[in-house]
Amino acid sequence: MTARLAIHKLIDGRLDAARVQAFLNGRKFPIVEGTSVTFVWVGHADNVQLRHWIYGLESSNALVRVAGTDLWYLTLEIPHNSRVEYKYEIHRGGHSGWIEDPLNPNRARDPFGANSVLQSEGYEDPTWTNPDPVTRPGVLEPFVFDSNALGRRTGQLYLPARFRRSRQYPLLVVHDGSDYLKYAGMKTVLDNLIHRLEIPDMIVAFTDSPDRLQEYANDERHARYLTEELVPDLAKRFPLYDQAQARCIMGASFGAVAAMSTAYRFPGFWGRLLVQSGSFAFTDIGKRNRRGPLFDRVVEFVNQYRAQPRAVSERVFVSCGVYESLIYENRSMVPLLSATGMEVRFVEARDGHNWENWRDRLREGMSWLMPGPLMFIYE
Amino acid sequence: MTKTPRPAVVLLGAQRFDPSLGAAVSELGVTGRIATITAGWQEREPEDEELSAHLGGRTVNLRLHARGDELFREDPALRDAHRERQASLRHRQDFYRIRLEHELEADRMIRGRAAPPEILAEQVQASLDGIRELDQWHLRLCARIRTEFEARWDLANRPSVVRHRRELAEVLAGCDAVAIAGGHVATLVNRLVLFGVAELVQHHTVFAWSAGAMAISDRVVLFHDSPPQGPGASEILDAGLGLIPGVVVLPEPERRLHLDRKDRVQRLVRRFEPATCLALPARSRITWRDGVFSSAHDVLQLRPSGRALPFGVRPRRVSWS
Repeated sequence: MTARLAIHKLIDGRLDAARVQAFLNGRKFPIVEGTSVTFVWVGHADNVQLRHWIYGLESSNALVRVAGTDLWYLTLEIPHNSRVEYKYEIHRGGHSGWIEDPLNPNRARDPFGANSVLQSEGYEDPTWTNPDPVTRPGVLEPFVFDSNALGRRTGQLYLPARFRRSRQYPLLVVHDGSDYLKYAGMKTVLDNLIHRLEIPDMIVAFTDSPDRLQEYANDERHARYLTEELVPDLAKRFPLYDQAQARCIMGASFGAVAAMSTAYRFPGFWGRLLVQSGSFAFTDIGKRNRRGPLFDRVVEFVNQYRAQPRAVSERVFVSCGVYESLIYENRSMVPLLSATGMEVRFVEARDGHNWENWRDRLREGMSWLMPGPLMFIYE
Repeated sequence: MTKTPRPAVVLLGAQRFDPSLGAAVSELGVTGRIATITAGWQEREPEDEELSAHLGGRTVNLRLHARGDELFREDPALRDAHRERQASLRHRQDFYRIRLEHELEADRMIRGRAAPPEILAEQVQASLDGIRELDQWHLRLCARIRTEFEARWDLANRPSVVRHRRELAEVLAGCDAVAIAGGHVATLVNRLVLFGVAELVQHHTVFAWSAGAMAISDRVVLFHDSPPQGPGASEILDAGLGLIPGVVVLPEPERRLHLDRKDRVQRLVRRFEPATCLALPARSRITWRDGVFSSAHDVLQLRPSGRALPFGVRPRRVSWS
């Protein structure tokens, strides 16, 4: 027999302000009861909508007001291990606005602000994403680079704790570097995974672009900047391994396209490729795609790759959220990549197109692409 | 002329917390100086105050890691060649790992198939033979690369190397025993081999723990049942010093091995047969002398049945009557 949900127990009884308050007190929201998740908002409104980014569900769902109260609710079935970012859209007096859930302190930030986060049953914040007092932190140094291909570029360089010039290091180049640092906590992740020996000590170039939609969409200048300018410069200044296996390039969304197209233009140079929720839009016939003109050059590139796939790297890690519209494109890429002889690992998560999804996949991706000395160290 | 028997070798579990090394040293009546090797700690090699204090301050660190750096500074040609050889070994390890993962995957698929028992047994055995053959092939390849390197660079007579080996021999002449700490097992094996430590410690009692214990066996097996990147596959790294032949040393089983998984334990044991697979939890120890183990404390032996039993305990025979 299915247990009655908390919201139904409330509604079925006599309703007054005291009972509603008692219902709200000490409870975590949204209310997660197995796969049933009840979203709750309290206040005066004409209409309240749940806005989320789960591809496959209606993007807007109306909450229902409990008669005689200011309490609104909506129950959805959300599978275990899901992470869902959402907001409430409040309509009142002819106006409307989107707000974060005031009953839920859990937030995820991104370049557009913040969203409330639902963690369904089974999901836990990975411990390695939180600062650990016993972990020795690496350092971040800003860099400025005058590129012949693209002009002045900025970014940040990560040097691991106990960096030594007498050692050699692998290199990781990250697209949208500042966002990975700010919204995916990537410095903390690097510090922790290095400390746990799960990835090697490495040098990481967090790069940024002032015009990512242009430069990340299969731009020859961008690939040249990273491969023929930035990496040789870093190799002069830092002790880097001069091997493809020790060079990884990564990115998410358009950044994943940039990583893939850079590796494609310089096959064999980037021995490791990490692409997250890649915007790998394509068409099977014609050139028009449903995502609009911003994707035209991406579609051209992906169509070209699909027509003549070839190995561009040795090992490729692909991840994508199943609640993203891009899951179709990413799933479609995997057999193509595998058929070229590259080692490919594809991981799906019950999550959306967001920074914490990308953060949560970093451990598995990086430790598979560049395993740390865990297998070598026996204290 | 009779050959002098090799003094005892003691294998120990992790010593980082609550060490048991002192008890092992007392048990063997070692009262003189003890040479320590902490090269597995790499740049932290000199941070051996706690170890020295635990042994009553009668230690001298052989500084193999620092010596390696000094040697390579003095002899850049050797340094470059050594670096090249290491890169070559890493490449080989990578390719071996690719093959191994496919062999293990085939083994897993075969075990999951429904087939008449005799056919399944035959095919499982064939998978195992394939994995064992691959392991042996890789081990031989590593040995060949090392032998060729040593011959080409004539390490036994190369002045820069000979000077360090002579200094080490002098230090060791004043010591009764050698204590080899854990750490990075590849670094440790490299330094031990580079300075010819196997020959230098022939007449010393040896205490070795964690990576140190692995490094003095004849075959270094890297292992972890649940690394972050997915299912773990044990792999051969290289030959060790061979001070205790026929043993696979498995330290830190508490966090590296699923000893409750009979299938995994069984596969590990059968893969390295006839070698004895010894799991060394923290504080465990066992003494090897003249080819015989004795004085086992908390050491586990992995058995073909898939069980991990205290060393020396005979597996109980199951009666079907």
